[in-house]
Amino acid sequence: MSVRIYIPRDAASIAVGAEEVLAALTAALEQRGVQAEIVRNGSRGLFWLEPMIEVATPRGRVAYGPVSAKDVEGLLDAGFLDGANHKLCLGVADEIPWLKRQTRLTFARCGVTDPLSLDDYRAHGGLKGIEKAIALGPEATVEEVIQSGLRGRGGAGFPTGIKLRTVAQTPVPQKYIVCNADEGDSGTFADRMILEGDPFVLIEGMAIAGIATGATKGYIYIRSEYPHGIAAFEAAVKTARKSGLLGSHVADSAYSFDIEVRVGAGVYVCGEETSLLESIEGKRGEVRAKPPLPAHQGLFGKPTAINNVLSLATLPVILAEGAQHYKNFGMGRSRGTMPIQLAGNIKHGGLYETAFGVTLGELVDEIGGGTASGRPVRAVQVGGPLGAYFPRALFDTPFDYEAFAARDGLIGHGGVVVFDDTVNMAKQVRFAMEFCAIESCGKCTPCRIGSTRGVETIDRIVRGENHAANLEVLEDLCNTMKFGSLCALGGFTPYPVMSALTHFPEDFGTPPRLQAAE
Amino acid sequence: MREYEPWSESRAAEVVAAHNVGEGAALPILHALQETFGCVPEAAVPMVAHALNLSRAEVYGVVTFYHDFRREPAGKHVLKLCRAEACQSCGCDDLVEHAERRLGVKLGQTSADGRVTLEAVYCLGLCATAPSAILDGRVVGRLDKTRLDVLLTEAQA
Repeated sequence: MSVRIYIPRDAASIAVGAEEVLAALTAALEQRGVQAEIVRNGSRGLFWLEPMIEVATPRGRVAYGPVSAKDVEGLLDAGFLDGANHKLCLGVADEIPWLKRQTRLTFARCGVTDPLSLDDYRAHGGLKGIEKAIALGPEATVEEVIQSGLRGRGGAGFPTGIKLRTVAQTPVPQKYIVCNADEGDSGTFADRMILEGDPFVLIEGMAIAGIATGATKGYIYIRSEYPHGIAAFEAAVKTARKSGLLGSHVADSAYSFDIEVRVGAGVYVCGEETSLLESIEGKRGEVRAKPPLPAHQGLFGKPTAINNVLSLATLPVILAEGAQHYKNFGMGRSRGTMPIQLAGNIKHGGLYETAFGVTLGELVDEIGGGTASGRPVRAVQVGGPLGAYFPRALFDTPFDYEAFAARDGLIGHGGVVVFDDTVNMAKQVRFAMEFCAIESCGKCTPCRIGSTRGVETIDRIVRGENHAANLEVLEDLCNTMKFGSLCALGGFTPYPVMSALTHFPEDFGTPPRLQAAE
Repeated sequence: MREYEPWSESRAAEVVAAHNVGEGAALPILHALQETFGCVPEAAVPMVAHALNLSRAEVYGVVTFYHDFRREPAGKHVLKLCRAEACQSCGCDDLVEHAERRLGVKLGQTSADGRVTLEAVYCLGLCATAPSAILDGRVVGRLDKTRLDVLLTEAQA
């Protein structure tokens, strides 16, 4: 029997040397005359340990990391193929405390299976959700999703089941499912990990949404910055078609559903749902005014259920295990689990899926282990570039949609970016406005012009020009953007700005600390 | 690094026709043109307009809206450095400055010898192994000055 070795194909693992490890290991095994099966799994999400490679042994899969190409000979000499001890040995992967403490529902298979093997997917509990949906029929499937309490994981937090019901109840022949895989928020990578590490769960989720709503066609819009994700998902779609998971008789049922992959073109605002729809239609990604809601008039004017990758990828487990099982996790109106992404200057960064309710402090200090630089944590931005900066004083905030909103923040897509005490908050705030100016679609004035005026005003503040008056101007400008913008880009850019002004006023005092850039 | 084809109207017509499938094909067509020629040449705009029954102005509007579409070919190598928040928290601004100094260009420009185009990218989704970069489609994480110098030397060679 040949030995089985796992080397992740996740882009983050590749970015830190997985391909080099693969090449070195392949060469060394050949030289030693060892037969081995190498599986390219997704990442388990312990990114400080990537490349994390595993070997199958009778006591389970034993993990080693972070492995570099030059470690390969030493590992083999030490008995890596039998799971022997070595300074890089992490023990049995499933027993690593960071992993064991998590509640992996959406990410149950990510990093475990061969992402492109449908047989492996099925062997690890895949396709039970769609079988259940087929047995239940559209109405009961929608009801199950409503009962689970699942809310849109893209950031807005709108109940997914209600969205599906709205589309289901609109009686027209052509409807669409659209998956938003335009994951542009800095500090987030959960969508990318699903695309690369468990694409079939997303295909299954989209097909369930199709059955639930009566939509026979799905589009997925993946950002061009994710070449590995695009390739993996396209390969999975092909396999799904070949094996009958997609097509005219989905999983041998009477339902028909197929998926078309579309690739973005480097524009952040296309992650906004109406901009994304315009982009799929082949137009400039300019935001649409709402109403009409996409559920009534979406893609090509037809009823469209547009959902984030994580929302759709969670439908299979909800159907398979039942709404109640999912709903039992979480707190308040935030039910189930959230795949939280710990990023930036953090010691133990990665994907941490857990029930809602964990506090920001637990996430950053305990689970994340503080900063990678070893310096004190000063600020944490939660929810991407449009999320608020929180100081340590707010570390008791539980991860929950309402709790973050009550403190003028948002959980967004679940990204947590940690900064140490060298951060200059005036510079971060300037960047927030600059980014909004670069990425504004230009349709509405508060965002298009407000962002540029914002950059100028912040420059004046840090130069110490009419300090008090300009602070007032900035605050006023933020209010105009917040209440006057068409979408969340202009509407939420005030979150990082106002939170920094509120919690870190010392960085905006005179004399100026920031060299006015350009 | 990859080689692109020289402009040819008949080749462009082929590419447009091959990707003009289904509804809303503008982006797939433009991506394919850029894959073929290294940019979306001016001469291709009326061809796309004709194929999609749009005005030239509409197609021009689409080409110029998206950051990915180039009007001119890039240098032989394209190095994109992430400068979004997670990478900022790990010091990407210093790396951008370092690359700019070494290449003698600003972000968005191509070095005088035409070898390297340096660009900003806003998030590669490698935020737990920051700072990140992508050189000709190859992703690199845990970037520091030493690793960046290796990339720059490779691109300039």
